[in-house]
Amino acid sequence: MKPRAIGKRRPYVRPMAGWWRKNPYFVEYMIHEGSAFFVAAYALVLLVGLLRLSQGEAAWNGWLFALHSPLSIAGHLLLLAAMLYHAWTWFNIMPITLPPIFVAGKRLSASAITAGGVAATVLASVILLLVVWRLTS
Amino acid sequence: MSANLKRSNAPIFWLLFGAGGMLSALLGPMLVFITGIAIPLGLILSPDAMSYAHMQAFAHHWLGAGFVWVIVSLFLWHAGHRIFHSLHDIGIHAGTTAKLICYGIPLVATIVAARAALVSLT
Repeated sequence: MKPRAIGKRRPYVRPMAGWWRKNPYFVEYMIHEGSAFFVAAYALVLLVGLLRLSQGEAAWNGWLFALHSPLSIAGHLLLLAAMLYHAWTWFNIMPITLPPIFVAGKRLSASAITAGGVAATVLASVILLLVVWRLTS
Repeated sequence: MSANLKRSNAPIFWLLFGAGGMLSALLGPMLVFITGIAIPLGLILSPDAMSYAHMQAFAHHWLGAGFVWVIVSLFLWHAGHRIFHSLHDIGIHAGTTAKLICYGIPLVATIVAARAALVSLT
């Protein structure tokens, strides 16, 4: 129940709107949580493509044609930036989200975990590009 | 201890969130680059790399169809879970309606994608 002011008494309620804008740490937090919208947007683009593919050649070509529009390419550049940011923050937070890892009796440092994650993304990206290149050339 | 203690379903959604987050961190940037930038612009890859014939052959194999299905559904489970847990921070009540939207969209998309992948497979 909301507290109502009775008579002259007006209880102070601390305003919470935009609380995160006052601290750079929380601004960054909001941005990396917001990357979820871009991950979802790209998944929906792929889902439409998968549906169009199952509907036949004309449907597929319509989707493919839409991907060639300048608007789509600009949108995908934005998606790429958001996806890269998501990848970076995902591995940047990983030292906190993972349980402590010990290698040869010493705890693996936070920077080693982040660097390992980034290296895995670089490796996975190269492999993916090579596989697509092999499959299509 | 009571025998009918209800176990939490949280680990399931957390696992889907984590798997989708990891997969999108590892493959997301390159996938966006390939499908949305490189192929439309004819960079590195051949411009007909996503021609109907190529894609049909790709989706006809269970590995290809399964790959797209896993990407689409896990990316959405990741995003839905993350958005749901951020609602409170921006002053939106994370109630039943929010839950239905945040987890309903991934669930429906998982089923729709599975159906489309199966149609392309056969």
